[in-house]
Amino acid sequence: MDLSVLWFILVTVLFIGFFFLEGFDYGVGILTPILGKTDTERRVLINSIGPFWDGNEVWMLTAGGAIFAAFPHWYATLFSGFYLALFLMLAALILRGVAFEFRSKDNNPAWRNMWDWLIFAGSLVPALLWGVAMANLIRGVPINGEMEYVGTFWSLLSPYTLVGGIAGLLLFILHGALFLTLKVEGELVNRARQVALRVGALAVLALVLLVALSYSQTDLFTRAGAGVAYWGAVVVLLLANWKLRGGKYGWAFGLNGLAIVLSTVAVFWGLFPRVMVSSLNPQWSITLYQASSSPYTLKVMTIVAAVLVPVVLLYQGWTYWIFRQRVNPKHLEY
Amino acid sequence: MGELLLARWQFGITSAYHFLFVPLTLGLSILVAIMETLYVRTGNETYKRMTQFWGKLFLINFAMGVVTGIVMEFQFGMNWSGYSRFVGDIFGVPLAIEALAAFFIESTFLGIWIFGWDKLSKTLHAACIWLVAVATNLSAFWILVANSFMQNPTGYVLRNNRAEMVDFGALITNPYVWHQFPHTVLAGFATGAFFVMGISAWHLLRKNHTDFFQRSLRLGLAMGLISVLLVSGVGHLQTQYLAKTQPMKIAAAEALWETADPAPFTVVAAIDQERQTNRFEIQIPGLLSFLTHNSFKGEVKGLKDVQAEQEAKYGPGNYIPPVTPVFWSFRIMVAAGLWLILISLLTLYLVRAGRLEQRPWVLKALVWTIPIPYVANLSGWIVAEIGRQPWIVYGLQRVEEGVSPGVSAGAVLTTLLGFTLIYGALAVVDVYLLRKYATQGPVEAPPVKPQETAKEVSLWT
Repeated sequence: MDLSVLWFILVTVLFIGFFFLEGFDYGVGILTPILGKTDTERRVLINSIGPFWDGNEVWMLTAGGAIFAAFPHWYATLFSGFYLALFLMLAALILRGVAFEFRSKDNNPAWRNMWDWLIFAGSLVPALLWGVAMANLIRGVPINGEMEYVGTFWSLLSPYTLVGGIAGLLLFILHGALFLTLKVEGELVNRARQVALRVGALAVLALVLLVALSYSQTDLFTRAGAGVAYWGAVVVLLLANWKLRGGKYGWAFGLNGLAIVLSTVAVFWGLFPRVMVSSLNPQWSITLYQASSSPYTLKVMTIVAAVLVPVVLLYQGWTYWIFRQRVNPKHLEY
Repeated sequence: MGELLLARWQFGITSAYHFLFVPLTLGLSILVAIMETLYVRTGNETYKRMTQFWGKLFLINFAMGVVTGIVMEFQFGMNWSGYSRFVGDIFGVPLAIEALAAFFIESTFLGIWIFGWDKLSKTLHAACIWLVAVATNLSAFWILVANSFMQNPTGYVLRNNRAEMVDFGALITNPYVWHQFPHTVLAGFATGAFFVMGISAWHLLRKNHTDFFQRSLRLGLAMGLISVLLVSGVGHLQTQYLAKTQPMKIAAAEALWETADPAPFTVVAAIDQERQTNRFEIQIPGLLSFLTHNSFKGEVKGLKDVQAEQEAKYGPGNYIPPVTPVFWSFRIMVAAGLWLILISLLTLYLVRAGRLEQRPWVLKALVWTIPIPYVANLSGWIVAEIGRQPWIVYGLQRVEEGVSPGVSAGAVLTTLLGFTLIYGALAVVDVYLLRKYATQGPVEAPPVKPQETAKEVSLWT
């Protein structure tokens, strides 16, 4: 296989890992000030993702680094094109990251409340924007013959891309709520379940709407496999809801995660072999072959990834093993 | 202001701000790891409390470093897409490796370290902070590999309108990085060491937890003294190396307009960039020749001659960087370094004589020395980065060719204001928290397991 195709697949895998993992910690972040009525409850909610969220975020940084290294033109067009959207995302991620660290550093309730809501906003904004970004990638954005984005911030917003954003947001909130049913105890599990039931139904609606709109807004369904993956996401999301109702939280979490994975696969499968779709002229779409680095660079990167990725998976897996138990509110000290 | 100038300001502000937190992380992570190792090996609870006290300050600082670091990865594409297209084939590689080989280790094992006190054996727990410390320093290596390509391109060929990698080995054995990496990392060690010394001195002045802070101060002193001596040694070698590879930067750092043999060292100068001369200067004869050639004779090229050489090589244009900031930053860096050497030697003498606590003015000086490594770090980077103008990649691409063509000045201004606002606000919070926890001192006894009080107790306090 052509190494640039391999790297396209690897970038897809990195996004899958990122959405699956950071998806639930965005969800938990959004739910923290809503489900947590007392300071201890909020602390419990945050601690459920405490050891993981930073490592999960590195999946995004690695995806970004991999795009830069393997597809410099993709990186250049995407990041300069989605400029203000990325700024909003950065602002949110900055505030979210320090909020996790700073909230407990002062006992003042107003201080804690402020950081809790920054965790909320800092998780909500990127959760929404990633959906918008994915919808834009597959729908196409104004790109000229020189690989340059010629639209504005507003060209990224349309009913279709907003539906994409909302679908992504709801999937992530559901992912977070289901994660919590597995990681916290007592009354909080009930509250997480209630939220999951409500959000789960809405997520189905949003995802069905997104998939249906994709028929007219994108050319995703011209690739058979992508269509199967997209509708497959709807099916497993329905199954997740069904398992949730039956109280099988582990199954529900896994199935919803699979829905996130399949939606991501659908988008990248639909893109292939393009990395940026031009809405102005199909000729101006950027393919992975045009965007890619030299064969030598890809070879170096392939060796590096082959050595390091398995190690990363091992020790990240180990973290989840160490912290496999539910967060115990009686032992919040480290 | 045009898009280019705004994008440059944004890069300057966001990277300088990011680099306020990085050096402390480099040094303090190692000191905390040493403290925990001492705890594991001796079983002395004081070392555990030291690990937790300094670890808390480390975490506050680390969080700021992490979040401001994300901006760095994004803004090459956002503001510098022309640059990204031109060097992505090479520059992206160390960045991706940095994420894979360093960020994953740092973030994962720091998470385990914070939450794993009761879940891991003591040794394994200490191993986690060592992994964090090694990974942060590894991360510095990879990003400096990337930076060194911009300063001294190696292992590339110009093809398909861009620089393409042909030799990964040449990229990571670039002599530039093997000067810059030790210099930067050792400066980070010094930053961490003087941070620990300064805060310890503050408490010793007030006779708080004297045993605790005496031990801390001694650890900081050992690391600080070794680091500042080594960093100046490396700096000296680096200057000699730069005189060969980037003569323009050295000539600017010395405000040396005319080639000279023997070359004098200019202590102070009133620089007139317009008329390419110094209106006033105080010089020590022969010293610059000595610094670059280890001999009081030897030619050092002046700005005008290097300009002529570069014009012959790259075509007409102005290749002289802004001399005043480079000249003064260099002097500030060196002066800061000399101060750090002096104060650590003095402290060493007093500690060995057992008289440090009878010299409150030295303790006070140590407190006021906390910012000095920061000044040295930033001025060092000003020399390195302004001294490379007008190039974004030395000899290959000029700064104006690197900027994103599709991004408007208004968009850059918006994000510039946005980042400045957020960073300004966070600086206030960061300083408030560091001050609060530094002055509060360590917890008296190892934390008691909370039972009924659990509602008010949080994990981090």
